[in-house]
Amino acid sequence: MNSEVVAGTRANAEPLLKSGDGAIADRTFFVAVLACGTCVLALVVLIVYELITKSQLSWHAFGLGFFFRSDWDPVNDQYGALPFVYGTLVSSILALIIAVPLAVGVAVFITEMSPRWLRGALAFTTELLAAIPSVIYGLWAIFVLVPLLRQYVQPALSTYFGWTGLFSGPPYGIGMLAAGIILAIMVIPIVSSITREVMTAVPQQQREAVLALGATRWEMIRTGVLRNARIGIVGGIILGLGRALGETMAVTMVIGNRPDISHSLFAPGYTMASVIANEFSEATGDLYLSSLVEVGLALFIVTIIVNVLAQVLVWSVTRGMPARSRG
Amino acid sequence: MGVGIQVEKLNAWFGKTQALYDISINVMANHATAVIGPSGCGKSTFVRCLNRMHEVIPEARAAGRVRIGEIDVYNGTSAVQVRRRIGMVFQKPNPFPTMSIYDNVAAGLKLNGFRNRKQLDEIVHRSLTYAALFDEVKDTMHKKSGASLSGGQQQRLCIARALAVEPEVLLMDEPCSALDPISTGKIEELIFQLKEKFTIVIVTHNMQQASRVAEFTGFFLLGKLIEFDKTEKIFTTPSDKRTEDYITGRFG
Amino acid sequence: MAESAKSSASIPPVSLARRLTDVLVTASAAGAVLLVLLPLIAIFAYLVYKGIGSINWAFLTQIPKPVGESGGGMANAIGGSVYILLIASGLGVPIGIGAGIYLSEYGRNRFGNLIRFTADVLNGVPSIIVGIVAYGLVVLTQGHFSALAGGVALAIMMIPTISRTSEEMLLLVPQAIREAAYGLGVARWRTTLSITLKTASSGVITGVMLAFARVAGETAPLLFTAFGNQYWNWKLNQPTAALSLQIFNYAISPFDEWHRQAWAGALILIILIVLSISAVRMAASRGMLKGAS
Repeated sequence: MNSEVVAGTRANAEPLLKSGDGAIADRTFFVAVLACGTCVLALVVLIVYELITKSQLSWHAFGLGFFFRSDWDPVNDQYGALPFVYGTLVSSILALIIAVPLAVGVAVFITEMSPRWLRGALAFTTELLAAIPSVIYGLWAIFVLVPLLRQYVQPALSTYFGWTGLFSGPPYGIGMLAAGIILAIMVIPIVSSITREVMTAVPQQQREAVLALGATRWEMIRTGVLRNARIGIVGGIILGLGRALGETMAVTMVIGNRPDISHSLFAPGYTMASVIANEFSEATGDLYLSSLVEVGLALFIVTIIVNVLAQVLVWSVTRGMPARSRG
Repeated sequence: MGVGIQVEKLNAWFGKTQALYDISINVMANHATAVIGPSGCGKSTFVRCLNRMHEVIPEARAAGRVRIGEIDVYNGTSAVQVRRRIGMVFQKPNPFPTMSIYDNVAAGLKLNGFRNRKQLDEIVHRSLTYAALFDEVKDTMHKKSGASLSGGQQQRLCIARALAVEPEVLLMDEPCSALDPISTGKIEELIFQLKEKFTIVIVTHNMQQASRVAEFTGFFLLGKLIEFDKTEKIFTTPSDKRTEDYITGRFG
Repeated sequence: MAESAKSSASIPPVSLARRLTDVLVTASAAGAVLLVLLPLIAIFAYLVYKGIGSINWAFLTQIPKPVGESGGGMANAIGGSVYILLIASGLGVPIGIGAGIYLSEYGRNRFGNLIRFTADVLNGVPSIIVGIVAYGLVVLTQGHFSALAGGVALAIMMIPTISRTSEEMLLLVPQAIREAAYGLGVARWRTTLSITLKTASSGVITGVMLAFARVAGETAPLLFTAFGNQYWNWKLNQPTAALSLQIFNYAISPFDEWHRQAWAGALILIILIVLSISAVRMAASRGMLKGAS
């Protein structure tokens, strides 16, 4: 070794590095990132604050009855939000009825039945569905789905199932049915990916134990996997519900935007998100605006509750692993 | 030249659990001192208290007096300053994965603001030579990442990185336990040479290794220092029965 | 096995009913897959079929023509989207990554858990509500619809996502790497930035790009913040066009000419989104080889 360069020997025994120990910089950095973290909390506080303060007017004018009245009449400054609540619930439930069997079916196929080489491609395509913006779903729905409904599906439904009372009235194409269908397509990726996640979390031993008893593949899936994962699957469905409740653009474009309550799925309707989207920027008058914000507040509260419930259910199965491409 | 380490009544805790009890020890400059003992005896904790790495763990704390050369480690010097005077090599080699070999060695300097390119080149060259790694990487040290080397080479890289900041003491926490016998041999040879310039404290669970490289050995058991003496004496005529039981393999 | 006086003949074979069920279920599941793939293929097919003919140089460089006239394009909408997204990223990315750093390096405590929970909750807030909030915060303060308001709305949506993905990626960096830096006497802030964040950088960038792709197609929060504009606008405090807004307005209009352009705009939008997601996936699979292992 080079003896003239002897480490640890310094003429004046001063450290090689003269810079300070960074205590101030450490403190500043901590405060900065803490502020960023607190920002997240501040955002929720901000949202709640804005929604509550700006809906005060209509809250005082109509009280809780706001959500049970069905007259939405900007001309006479009378506002009742029942049609929107109805529309949101019906379109979302309809969407789930269509989406859940399909989503679970897709998830089961991908996790348990599909050949390995196909798995990645199928998973990717379902994620691709999640990436399509709402407005593009709406565009496609207006010009492709609605004419299809109007010309083929709705006449068929009213012919064969008209006795249920669900399919009466003229087949406009646009209306609750169209909204439910496009929502279903949008919700399938979420329900499917959560279902896949919780199904994959079921340990392999569970599957093997059932197979060892002589079960067919479907029986193994039913008792070995789905039964264990069912809490998480329910969580995924509720998460899908949360998404459907708040979905705005695609629904606005095909639901007809009429504040009516009807038992027929062919009738046009209105959802809480759609009325805000359509009327907010043109709302004249403080009471009008306040009523719209109050609808927004209700929507916010409902989606928060639904999402928290879903989170809890999904976490209990996957043990709190952070979500990847969810929603 | 290296400096000596004087430890007086060092105690350490993990939360409420005490891990070290009144450790007092005098480590001689320019010698290698081994720290041995069964798993969980506190030897790693002890060494990590010397450069205040122990307190990095949440809820961990230490109390007592540690002097390294003229520095009082726990009184009057910040942890960051202490760690610049003391180098540490860890059990599993941990080169920075996003940096080249050169940048890894220079990291301790560059991250602390050292900019002089020519001097950096000199120091990196020197440190890699001390770590007996220079010849193997001299052509690729700017291009290959630190993580692309073999296990034994990575550990020597970590040694070079520790040496680059010119510490006076080198702490090694079971540096060979993750390596194969040939790499282990190379590193033990290295320790032999480094002793001339540094004071070395090496934690090891391998008693043969302790007797190969260290002049002094301390035996720890359940957080207490049981015996500290010349290595030869510890392994041939230990004074304490517990030491004897450990080295003869009655437990461990 | 030996004590089985009953021979193998008495172990009943799987009944026909059970096997049939198995086959039926498999077929249904496969059917579900096809049924789900159908709209996906249909949407992409229609986007290309209806949109490709209208994408030309004029479309990409001109602003809309007055109602009734044919021609014109969405140049201002594309530019406006980029503008708004830049504002949103400028606000959302630093705050999001900062929050992620707090959560992974300093936030393993109850306060950190509160932030994590809140971020997950925020991810589920309908985007129209975010629009209302940005309206109250920015539009009412400024007095007009503006690009800034739109940017703020989108930033509010990016922050929770980016903070959670950044945290996840930072947590993947082994503690040994941080300790190596501490052992060299590097200060904590410097270690976090130059070592930990750098090691996790490819993962963090992936998370940012995913958040970006997600808000790029959002329309609802822009409806009464950026509001839209038939002309170019680069000012922070004036209404600005956006691609998604333009598609929406054209789609619900009664004019065929505008419908045609809506398809073209939608095709451009989906191409941009698919490109960013593919870039993310490619970067992710390459980034996994170096960086945080």
